[in-house]
Amino acid sequence: MSTIFDYEFMRNAFYACTIVGIVSGAVGYFLVLRGQTFAGHALAHVGFPGATGAGLIGLSPFFGLTVFTIVAGIGIGLLGERAHRDVAIGIVLTLSLGLGLLFLHFYTAFASQATNVLFGNVLGISLRTVIVLAVLAVAILAALVLIARPLLFASLQPELAEARGVPINLVSTLFMVLVAVATSEAVQIVGVLLVFALMVAPAATALRLTSGVAAGVLTSIALAVVIAWISLSLAFLTDWPTSFWITALGAAAYVVSGMARRSAAAPRARLADGNP
Amino acid sequence: MNAIEFDKVTLTYGGRRVLSDVSFSIPQGAFVGLLGANGAGKTTMLRAILGLIKPAGGAISVLGKPPTRGNADIGYMPQARRALNDVGISGLDFVLSAAGGHRWGWPVASAAEKEAAWKALEAIGATDLARRPLAELSGGERQRILIAQSLIGDPQLLLLDEPLISLDAAHQRAIIDLVHEIGERLGIAVLFCSHEINPLLRAVDRVLYLGNGKAAIGSVDEVISGPVLSKLYGTHINVVRVAGRIFVMADDVELESGAHVHDL
Repeated sequence: MSTIFDYEFMRNAFYACTIVGIVSGAVGYFLVLRGQTFAGHALAHVGFPGATGAGLIGLSPFFGLTVFTIVAGIGIGLLGERAHRDVAIGIVLTLSLGLGLLFLHFYTAFASQATNVLFGNVLGISLRTVIVLAVLAVAILAALVLIARPLLFASLQPELAEARGVPINLVSTLFMVLVAVATSEAVQIVGVLLVFALMVAPAATALRLTSGVAAGVLTSIALAVVIAWISLSLAFLTDWPTSFWITALGAAAYVVSGMARRSAAAPRARLADGNP
Repeated sequence: MNAIEFDKVTLTYGGRRVLSDVSFSIPQGAFVGLLGANGAGKTTMLRAILGLIKPAGGAISVLGKPPTRGNADIGYMPQARRALNDVGISGLDFVLSAAGGHRWGWPVASAAEKEAAWKALEAIGATDLARRPLAELSGGERQRILIAQSLIGDPQLLLLDEPLISLDAAHQRAIIDLVHEIGERLGIAVLFCSHEINPLLRAVDRVLYLGNGKAAIGSVDEVISGPVLSKLYGTHINVVRVAGRIFVMADDVELESGAHVHDL
């Protein structure tokens, strides 16, 4: 009897999902905590013309994607609060997708890959890509551990952190570079348009279920990895796209955690009303 | 030694002159209400005391020294800009994030940092909130956690930016009494920023009122008077006292009420 692990592409897919799940879960936790989830979304969009443009000039789309997201990440980090302007962001994002489309127009041979860049194609990942993902993942996690303490302080109380001497612009820009690389990794699994599913849904769920940073990060990682694993298995069984299952399970986890928190808070609220 | 001294200080914010040529001093141990309309420069003044902005003129002295960024002797509670409704962090971890938060590395608290956090939570009687996530706390409870955080590191001076915002009258009273009691117990000066004078009447030794680039300092009766405030607002002001409350009116418009808008 053949199992899911008899196929090399399935093994690679599981490796990739594990690596990217760990990175997305950890980086996503701080992204949600900082209220910057838009950044993950925006960086992925900006990466699209990077991927298609790299294809146009004969470079690896992953390389082009990563370069574009890092540059955009530094831009968002330096702009700080000024990057929160709705209309400007929307225009930059549409312009990015438009440019990506233009590059595709000039390089039609790449057009068949456009869907993969937009929606991900985890089943097409080579062992070589898995190794690149792993190396980048180690670098991201090491850097995250290094900046986690001032990052946490600056996320919760930016003005107080500034007063206490935390270099908040440096910390937030470094973090945005980590988000950029993590986004490029997540795009390999779920594509440019669905990055939210891996970067934000598990992290937001974890933040609802935990009250400590270490527990929150570990829960977020566990959720991202398990969601990706189950999605791969379901994709194998149903032949539906993996990315669809990741979005569906991510949404389900988020909704269920909301209900769980409400039902946990209800008895406490009644208790509090009883003894004011 | 005075906690804060301003000597002919001029402060600008975004190219606009917020304070010009302002002089005053606050002795150690005093509880001072910092008042003024939106944009009068309350937060700008706090940021200058913290060493985050340099005066365009004059000299500031904080606890006998020029202001320096990262001065651990100042406890600071910034104005709340985020509701923190979605933050799955316990009260203890939130307070702890300020202990050694400037160091690099993973946030594992040392024994000394944990002790400092518990001490700060005990000082405001909020140890019962330590284990609960911020998202579950009420507005008044969150405010107590924020004040506890400002007490980390045994400050000699406490700067509180709008701790009363979005609290009801009972919680406002509780927060003021708490801060007043902490200031007296620790013998440290407190600069308490507020839009409204009335909740503060029960506690303040003196008020520092900002307006029109100028400042007036003194007892409530000295500062909250028609002539003084008319100068600060640059328009004719009536001060009416009714049943122990003070109403500051420009013509027929009451100036202080309902000013729950965030300012800089």
